[in-house]
Amino acid sequence: MLGHIVHRGLAAGGFVAQHTSVLPALSQRLFASRPSDDKVVSVEVAPFAVHKINAPSRHVETNVGELSEMYKMMYKMRRMEIAADMQYKSKMIRGFCHLYDGQEAVLTGIEAAITKEDSLITSYRDHCHNLTRGGNVANTMAELFGRATGATRGLGGSMHMYNKAQKFYGGNGIVGAQIPLGAGIAFAHKYRKEPNVCVTMYGDGAANQGQKYESMNIAALWEIPCIYVCENNHYGMGTAEWRSAKSPSYYTRGDYIPGIKADGMDVLAVKQVTAYAKQYALEVGPIILELDTYRYHGHSMSDPGSTYHTGFEINFVVLPRNP
Amino acid sequence: MLAQRQGMRGLVGKAGLKAAVPRPARMAAPARSRVAVQAKRECFMWEALREALDEEMEKDPAVCLIGEDVGHYGGSYKVSLGLHKKFGDLRVLDTPICENSFMGMGIGAAMTGLRPIIEGMNMGFLLLAFNQISNNAGMLHYTSGGQYKTPVVIRGPGGVGKQLGAEHSQRLESYFQSIPGVQLVACSTVHNSKALLKAAIRSDNPVVFFEHVLLYNVKGEVGGRDDVQCLEQAEVVREGTDISIFTYSRMRYVVMQAAAELEKKGYNPEVVDLISLKPFDMGTIAASVRKTRRVLIVEECMKTGGIGASLSAVISESLFDELDHQVLRLSSQDVPTAYAYELEAATIVQPSQVVQMVESAVGPRMALAA
Repeated sequence: MLGHIVHRGLAAGGFVAQHTSVLPALSQRLFASRPSDDKVVSVEVAPFAVHKINAPSRHVETNVGELSEMYKMMYKMRRMEIAADMQYKSKMIRGFCHLYDGQEAVLTGIEAAITKEDSLITSYRDHCHNLTRGGNVANTMAELFGRATGATRGLGGSMHMYNKAQKFYGGNGIVGAQIPLGAGIAFAHKYRKEPNVCVTMYGDGAANQGQKYESMNIAALWEIPCIYVCENNHYGMGTAEWRSAKSPSYYTRGDYIPGIKADGMDVLAVKQVTAYAKQYALEVGPIILELDTYRYHGHSMSDPGSTYHTGFEINFVVLPRNP
Repeated sequence: MLAQRQGMRGLVGKAGLKAAVPRPARMAAPARSRVAVQAKRECFMWEALREALDEEMEKDPAVCLIGEDVGHYGGSYKVSLGLHKKFGDLRVLDTPICENSFMGMGIGAAMTGLRPIIEGMNMGFLLLAFNQISNNAGMLHYTSGGQYKTPVVIRGPGGVGKQLGAEHSQRLESYFQSIPGVQLVACSTVHNSKALLKAAIRSDNPVVFFEHVLLYNVKGEVGGRDDVQCLEQAEVVREGTDISIFTYSRMRYVVMQAAAELEKKGYNPEVVDLISLKPFDMGTIAASVRKTRRVLIVEECMKTGGIGASLSAVISESLFDELDHQVLRLSSQDVPTAYAYELEAATIVQPSQVVQMVESAVGPRMALAA
């Protein structure tokens, strides 16, 4: 698995040692120092796997300010999802509740590469998307509690959060049904001649849906600026990818559409590949990104995850890659 | 109203098909006449629908047309003939054959503020897009807490045609009626087809717009550029006092054929074209029931779980004290539509059945002098 080649945590001291070209002072002043926040640093990320396209550069430019913001956002996501877990267990949150912990670097990296003029649509695992798109912890939790002050006034619930002002299109409870919507939203950008893309996110489970291939065919024919993001957490609910996909190389499954696979636990790799994909989408057309990640919880709160997430996997594969 | 009624008998036959139409003149974008009051203009229903698309696309750049063969081919029933030449490939979009996805794309585009008209080449094919129509077109406005609207028009030919077989003879209104948030409209005349389609395109609600496969070549008077009809309003086609016959789409013609027969036999039925299948125009319906105190529903829909079933339930619930007779229904048989001509005819309602049903509900009448 590609993602295993380089593992690191942003907060860990190993950050500097594993990468070339990082300023020596970085490790000491990672989150504190304001004056040098905008100082550009270059970080090398793990190699990308590619399909019918050249790989982007492995050297990602960033700065301390950006890293600090990314870390804060990912930390906020993690704390919120753990809080949701606890509130669910104390029966304050009912129904379906799909948590995003483990996958924070995917969304955070994507958001770092696009603007709020670009559209975003995802599946039912959408709490954190509300955070990055104009919402906050309070209105996310209020929605989970079914309150009128929630992101969608208590009408939508966990799987249906949206933000029209910041072009966040939800929040879709039917696995894979958001993919044609995303292509349509991207089409609307092209129709209006806007220099924007739609990031259409789905999981490895949804990657076997027919409507994905249908919409990719149209997107390629019409050269629609759609970035298909497959968040590969390796399980479609409880079924492992190798049991549901003849080819789990999701980045190659667009056939005529180019694809890139990157480490979804590395926020900088995600940022780099998304920026590259946005440029490609605007100039040429659709592209697939497969971001290798892992969810720390079960599929939803009704699924403990313990029947298929093995202890070995968690201890030796997952935890060292914690974003 | 009388003129309309007399015209209808001819429409059931094939008179419209044979009439010569100055086609080239219609194909060109209709130039706005300087003469304000024009003579009554007649055309086929497919031309009236095409005019509605043309005029609304001209008026609003956010309106686009999506579907199979709607562009270069001109639409399977010619409804979008030539529009791609005028509006280009970005606004008249030929899709691959994948109803689920192009429906979803249309709805996604609608969320951003475009107003796509999505054509199902045949209504039966839209079963493949049911999830998108139900969960996204219908429910998104609600689940997003009112943030997003989905102003799509989903239109196409449905109903029992001429020996098209079971899959191409479906009446999907019964499937769609229980989707919360979706509005259902069935057009029936040349005039209302154009006026209603224009209203549907301008509506912010998702509208499923039912055209009938046998009515495209019906000929009749068509309205002008500003003729727009309320989507939620039923139309009293024939005023009467004996019984209220509620019907829609092609069954309107079957009922009017029966009404002519009934008239000769001394009956005076009231005929109401529902037009809005969801929500029902309860104002018009209740006024008619209060007047006649008898109800017959005539539909092409299935008897079980159909439009008639819903309407019958609502009338029984809310107008029970106004009724002198139980609500009657004439619907299609609960079977797949057969290919063979005689069997197909036996599955749908015929005028003679309507006559019979009215006679038995109203009782004997003295025939008019010949």
